[in-house]
Amino acid sequence: MQMPQSYPTHWKRPPVLFTHTGWRRAIYAGALIYLVLAMQSVEVDWQRVYLGLDRGWKFVEGFLTPDFTTRWRDISEGLIESLTMTVTSTVAGILVSVPIGIGASRNLAPAPVYLACRGIITLSRSFQEIIIAILLVAMFGFGPFAGFLTLAFASIGFLSKLLAEDIEACDRGQIEAIRATGASWWQVVNYAVQPQVMPRLVGLSLYRLDINFRESAVIGIVGAGGIGATLNTAIDRYEYDSAGAILIIIIAIVLVVEYSSSYIRRWVQ
Amino acid sequence: MTDQAPTPVWHYRTRNQTLLRWLGWFLLVALTVYCWQLMNANTIWAFVSDAPDQAADIGGRMFPPAWSYIDQLWEPLWDTLNIATLGTLIGVAVAVPVAFLAASNTTPSKRFVRPLALLLIVTSRSINSLIWALLLVAVIGPGLLAGVIAIGLRSIGFIAKLLYEAIEEIDFNQVEAVRATGASGAQVIDYAIVPQILPAFWGISVFRWDINIRESTILGLVGAGGLGIQLSASLATLAWNQVAMIFVVILGTVIISEWVSARVRQAVI
Amino acid sequence: MNVLKLDKLSKTYATGDTALREVSFEVPAGQVLGLIGPSGAGKSTLIRCINRLVEPTGGSISLGDTDLARLNGRALRRARRRIGMIFQEYALVERLTVMENVLSGRLGYVPVWRSFLRRYPAQDVAQAFSLLERVGLSDHFNKRADALSGGQRQRVGIARALEQNPELLLVDEPTASLDPKTSRQIMRLIGDACRERNLPAIINIHDVMLAQQFTDRIIGLRAGEIVFDGPPDGLTNEILTRIYGDEDWTAMRGEESPDEGDPGLSVDLAEGV
Repeated sequence: MQMPQSYPTHWKRPPVLFTHTGWRRAIYAGALIYLVLAMQSVEVDWQRVYLGLDRGWKFVEGFLTPDFTTRWRDISEGLIESLTMTVTSTVAGILVSVPIGIGASRNLAPAPVYLACRGIITLSRSFQEIIIAILLVAMFGFGPFAGFLTLAFASIGFLSKLLAEDIEACDRGQIEAIRATGASWWQVVNYAVQPQVMPRLVGLSLYRLDINFRESAVIGIVGAGGIGATLNTAIDRYEYDSAGAILIIIIAIVLVVEYSSSYIRRWVQ
Repeated sequence: MTDQAPTPVWHYRTRNQTLLRWLGWFLLVALTVYCWQLMNANTIWAFVSDAPDQAADIGGRMFPPAWSYIDQLWEPLWDTLNIATLGTLIGVAVAVPVAFLAASNTTPSKRFVRPLALLLIVTSRSINSLIWALLLVAVIGPGLLAGVIAIGLRSIGFIAKLLYEAIEEIDFNQVEAVRATGASGAQVIDYAIVPQILPAFWGISVFRWDINIRESTILGLVGAGGLGIQLSASLATLAWNQVAMIFVVILGTVIISEWVSARVRQAVI
Repeated sequence: MNVLKLDKLSKTYATGDTALREVSFEVPAGQVLGLIGPSGAGKSTLIRCINRLVEPTGGSISLGDTDLARLNGRALRRARRRIGMIFQEYALVERLTVMENVLSGRLGYVPVWRSFLRRYPAQDVAQAFSLLERVGLSDHFNKRADALSGGQRQRVGIARALEQNPELLLVDEPTASLDPKTSRQIMRLIGDACRERNLPAIINIHDVMLAQQFTDRIIGLRAGEIVFDGPPDGLTNEILTRIYGDEDWTAMRGEESPDEGDPGLSVDLAEGV
């Protein structure tokens, strides 16, 4: 007679991270303690919040009934500054990022060039655009020129890094094949690297255009030109309907840029 | 009598294509030049040529950084970290349901709910966290809470966008198999969709946390707490060596958070 | 008593293509039915119409005394849990463990909170272990599904379907991605499992030789219609031509015969001793 074999009746999924029980408990406890401490440090003046909700509601009303006309001159000036800054800084950024990106690729650049370019990229990426804007405004004075430089410098960190990563991920076979024909360094770049990297470069450039526009709407707060200054003034004056108008314009332009960029990207591919 | 066929000629592009390309480049250059001129209509070139002197002046005042100033920076640093972390948590909590509503394969209604979710995402993305902070400080007053909510609002759009793109790319076979067992909608999400997007989810969240740390450092410029408040104060008094110290602290923080972010993203693949 | 009865099942896509034309047949308990036919004949559509993964446009599907074509929502899910399905590309959730994949067969039976916390009833867990042993994967239960080979994954798929304690098994091209030896092992496993449980099965299969060897009855489909319904040894060359079109059938049968002496077969006979 066969004895029915008994099988275990419980099963628990083994933990994925931190397989050692001790570590796991320690990390969960640490996370919990951190959360409690962090939330405590946020001192909330509930009375102020309550009073503020009224102002918040006024703002929402302003957003829903935006006023484009009263401050139109200021808005249009700020907008033109933002748009022109965006275009020029993106173009300049691309022009500078391409050589730096090539120089930061291990498979194309000699060691000293590689290190120098990687250093520039790290510098550009470590600091927030606003900080760079503050420094450049101190050096070059108020106005969109400083903003142009800020965004161009920030674009370098973004575009060069991703471009370099893309070049390093290139199909080695294609590069070797072109090199084997005796082509010069420039020709190798033009025939083997460029075709592989171009579509993504176009996509990245369009994405950076989008980012630069959004940034250009902010750096005005520290004096680097653009619609950020107009927005700041409107909020300070409690003119929430003008502020709402500005925000709607920003959102609309971002939408337009996003749609047209997916169009252009498909057209290039 | 032999008739020689004319030797075939190969052109890289047709005449029309070449013309179109030249036209495209010309328009791009023309646009850039136009924007450049518009942008610099009010630029005071004297300031620009003065810039190197200014830079040397500021540089001189920045070095050596005010090392003792760091004693006043520990608490703002702690605040900055909390703004970033708590803000990211809020952003993640809201972004996950929004992403499911925005993905075309999981949204309950393609005609109403999906466009609404996408609008939410675009609104959140278009407005820089500094602008959100500006608005919130005006509404609920200065302090950490404004900073946390500002970071949260900005993060929603970023995380939800990348997350819904990941949801739309899942392997549908796995979903079909789970559905065939008679599982309900929630169980299908739990067993077939979540496991597939979990690596992307962790990667995106940590990536955003890293970016949020950078953004949190400057929110204090508009009063939303953190290191930015010290920065604002030091700039107001032109204490460049203190400003330099703040930069050093920011640089150190950014390096650490980027290291953590890179490690976590490697571990979840 | 018939477990499954299809009556004039039809499917026409919005593009105008008719995949199934009034297909009717019945499946009694314990019968393993092989579905053969050329690509595009409608085999996959037929299988998926039965558990409504594809919506039929006409006819009725009766599982016992429930008409599956009419059900929706909760009732449909309750009907689906009575039907186990095995997929061509295994369709396991790759990042979940083998055990979770097998237990997911019970999703239709457990409430959401239980499935979320992975706290399944004791009986389900015991049965899962038992099934994993039956398919020969007892040591792999905590491995991630994507760490297994193709044949192993298909066996997990079989365990998942059987974990549902189904009344009917639907199998969609179980051997399409497997090598010849593993294909035979999988077909044998499915056949044995069905016999042990008196479970009827509809197996969609493209390999005619496998179909003949491992099924009790064969239905040939061509352009959405049944052109043959009979025992496996009724598949003459003429009938194969009627189903698939003209081909050198004797050469195909000749190619397969060296396999008859493969060691896998003799080991199985020894196991029964």
